[in-house]
Amino acid sequence: MAGTVSINLASGSRAQAPATRDAPIVRWTLIAIALGFLALFLVLPLVVIFAEAFREGIGAYFASFNDPDALAAIKLTLLTAAIAVPVNVVFGVCAAWAITKFKFPGRSLLVTLIDLPFAVSPVVAGLIFVLVFGLQGWLGPWLAEHDIKVIFAVPGIVLATLFITFPFVARELIPLMEEQGTEEEQAAMTLGARGWTIFRRVTLPNIRWALLYGVILCNARAMGEFGAVSVVSGHIRGETNTLPLHVEILYNEYSFVAAFATASLLAVLAIVTLVLKSLVEYRVRRQIARAAIGEESS
Amino acid sequence: MFLRRPSIILSILAFATVALAQSRTLLNVSYDPTRELYKDFNAAFVQHWYDTTGERVRIRMSHGGAGKQARSVIDGLEADVVTLALAYDIDAIGEKAGLLPEGWQSRLPNASAPYTSTIVFLVRKGNPKGIRDWDDLLKPGIGIITPNPKTSGGARWNYLAAWGYAMQKELGDLTKISDPSKADEVRAAEDKAREFVTALYRKVPVMDTGARGSTTTFVQRGIGDVFLSWENEAFLAVEELGPDKFEIIVPSVSILAQPPVTVVDKVVDKRGTRDLAEAYLEYLYSPIGQRLAAKHFYRPYQPEHADPADLKRFPEVSLFTIDQVFGGWQRAQAEHFNDGGVFDQIYRP
Amino acid sequence: MATIARSNPFKRRPGRIPGFGLTLGITLSYLSLIVLIPLLGLFIKTAELTWSEFWGTITDARVLASFKLSLGGSLIAALVNLVFGFIVAWVLVRYSFPGRKIVDALVDLPFAMPTAVSGIALTALYAQNGWLGGPLEGVGIKAAFSRMGVIIALIFIGLPFVVRTLQPALADLEAEIEEAAASLGANRIQTLRRVIIPAVLPAVLTGFALAFARAVGEYGSVVFISGNMPMRTEITPLLIITKLEQFDYAGATAIAVVLLVFSFIMLLSINILQLWSTARSR
Repeated sequence: MAGTVSINLASGSRAQAPATRDAPIVRWTLIAIALGFLALFLVLPLVVIFAEAFREGIGAYFASFNDPDALAAIKLTLLTAAIAVPVNVVFGVCAAWAITKFKFPGRSLLVTLIDLPFAVSPVVAGLIFVLVFGLQGWLGPWLAEHDIKVIFAVPGIVLATLFITFPFVARELIPLMEEQGTEEEQAAMTLGARGWTIFRRVTLPNIRWALLYGVILCNARAMGEFGAVSVVSGHIRGETNTLPLHVEILYNEYSFVAAFATASLLAVLAIVTLVLKSLVEYRVRRQIARAAIGEESS
Repeated sequence: MFLRRPSIILSILAFATVALAQSRTLLNVSYDPTRELYKDFNAAFVQHWYDTTGERVRIRMSHGGAGKQARSVIDGLEADVVTLALAYDIDAIGEKAGLLPEGWQSRLPNASAPYTSTIVFLVRKGNPKGIRDWDDLLKPGIGIITPNPKTSGGARWNYLAAWGYAMQKELGDLTKISDPSKADEVRAAEDKAREFVTALYRKVPVMDTGARGSTTTFVQRGIGDVFLSWENEAFLAVEELGPDKFEIIVPSVSILAQPPVTVVDKVVDKRGTRDLAEAYLEYLYSPIGQRLAAKHFYRPYQPEHADPADLKRFPEVSLFTIDQVFGGWQRAQAEHFNDGGVFDQIYRP
Repeated sequence: MATIARSNPFKRRPGRIPGFGLTLGITLSYLSLIVLIPLLGLFIKTAELTWSEFWGTITDARVLASFKLSLGGSLIAALVNLVFGFIVAWVLVRYSFPGRKIVDALVDLPFAMPTAVSGIALTALYAQNGWLGGPLEGVGIKAAFSRMGVIIALIFIGLPFVVRTLQPALADLEAEIEEAAASLGANRIQTLRRVIIPAVLPAVLTGFALAFARAVGEYGSVVFISGNMPMRTEITPLLIITKLEQFDYAGATAIAVVLLVFSFIMLLSINILQLWSTARSR
């Protein structure tokens, strides 16, 4: 290991610099500990899901998806994500724009409030919508009179999902847009560009990867949320059951293979999400690095 | 993402039109163990309704823990009928939300219970720990599985069954409970019952939130030696999960569990489904409803309509009622299960 | 969530860029509609209780026991994640080994998996007849249906937060500082203790706080594996559900308010930490 001073620019890691390199024994011990820990806590649970799902063979596995209730659950889950994600994208972009391009009092309080849904227990997240829209809640009697259904119907599920996935897009955009500053937008302004044009032509290209990353996180959470949705769903078969709720139902019906098969579908969704995410993450890092370099040189 | 929004709006519209185009529906909000029963029964009823009226209807089902289901109805889940595990939860729907009148339970025969059940023991095949009756549960080295009475209706029946057994054992005759001259004797028996139930719950290693969760713990996880269960759930577990692995033990005394059903008045009047909802519940009392109940391991209210082969599966057991021992659900709930009640006291360190 | 915000207020010229009113307006209305007004409902419902009823509810022995478990369990889980999360982040940032990219992607799994699925999978794994539960039972450790089960589930869901907060911080470390430390005669342990850890401390604390805050409110993955024994393995969110099953809405919201206030304080301290780290990095 002594003497080889080669700088690896492409990887960006400094593993090659001698002073920051650990002895092989340390390195491999640490790698072993890390991988052992991850295997124990991440890989094994994942393997269990697939092992249980395929316990009765591949035929039984695919038969699980042939049930109309499973299909309805898949549809509802996709619908919920298809509403929650775009809405939170619009909100996230607006919030990030307001927070990073301007300075105003209460800015950090606003950031904390945007983060709040992340730390609220899912049980509480469901409960608050019951308190507002439930028959015994504020708006419940009025809604019932006008025959508008919010909780125990699709709107309630969407609302709970919106709440849970609320912070993700904004939280991904805020650090990046902070880093990028406002010079490019101001340059565009001096050239006579209007607000929407500035956003579309200047800001959006700069943040598109971070935005996509936020969308992916938001989507993963929207499809997987259990606790909050369970409180507001009403569990009507084929109507208000999302995929995670359907897993619970199957599990409670002793259809363990079908339950784990459906769970494996969600796990596959999670894995696809993660692969997409690491692809996007790579571009985000480059974008942040570029923003940082641009800032230093200006 | 922005461009896709029109398609989302379209899909919402499609959703709405489908909903509008559909014929009359009925929502039955029920508890966990009735899934299999109502799957069969709904199909039978839809056919029956079509044959008698020519109208095609659709029955929607919602299953979950009884307390949670009652709360959903209170909070606005528009159930036309509720078929829950215990009267207390339906009382709450009337009390908290005013959706049904006070005397709902007398509207249908047998205190609105078209089928009944009881609490039995599920043990591992061959009964390796030799469990025959309630007293055997306290033998050393026995693990008992029962759900949490705070969150599960079935678990409350389990608790009350154990309590009632202890009372019966002490008093010999449960009619003494309502006899004021025997008050001292009854009080002594209550102390004994409390000791019995306390000792029993000391032996519970896992308390799931619902009956189905407990079945999974006992059957799939292999925990515990005996599982206190609804009779119908025990039969179902043996049938679905392995007749070669489990067997049912019926104790000498148990409780008569009456899962009641009722129409939710405010909802059916608003949705215009009263005729349908009432016919639905009445059909539960019909020969076909009774037959299906027995088929799915519920003890029918009128056994003469059931298949004798199905009836043969139910062993003789001496049953007491909740009114006899506890003076009804309201009192049982207040005394035993509410915060600060006997169950909480058992768990005080 | 993981990247630490760096504000640079000197470069901002307020009022020049358009859209302030519009975007802030949308942000505030949406925030109020989806988050603030519903959360307000919680406080209003709780206000139905008198102060002494409120105090009685949240200091009830069973509730206190659940606070102890939820907070204590989350604390232990966050500490475990801190140690192992640091090692994982270090390995992912500093070393290259086959499959590093895959491992890196897997770290987010607990975040993307539905909590109920995680709960069922962990229970199947750690129950006494599971792949890991059996051997553990053999050496006298009861993994599932005990406090340890609660902690296992909380470690699972908290891990990504620690790793993802630490990764950029470790990647940002200047090589020169470590080289300087080495040339001054420090060995690796000393460099780690005196140079690296102080430099990434804000990120460490942020990751810890995030994992902790997430774990305190966790429900779906824990109820399957905890066993739910009153006074022993009953977590606070389950008690909220229990109160609701008894139709005690005000009691449920009282406990929920305590959790909420706690979350808010945790988040606020994270943001203060971030301010601190921004100040230090300047």
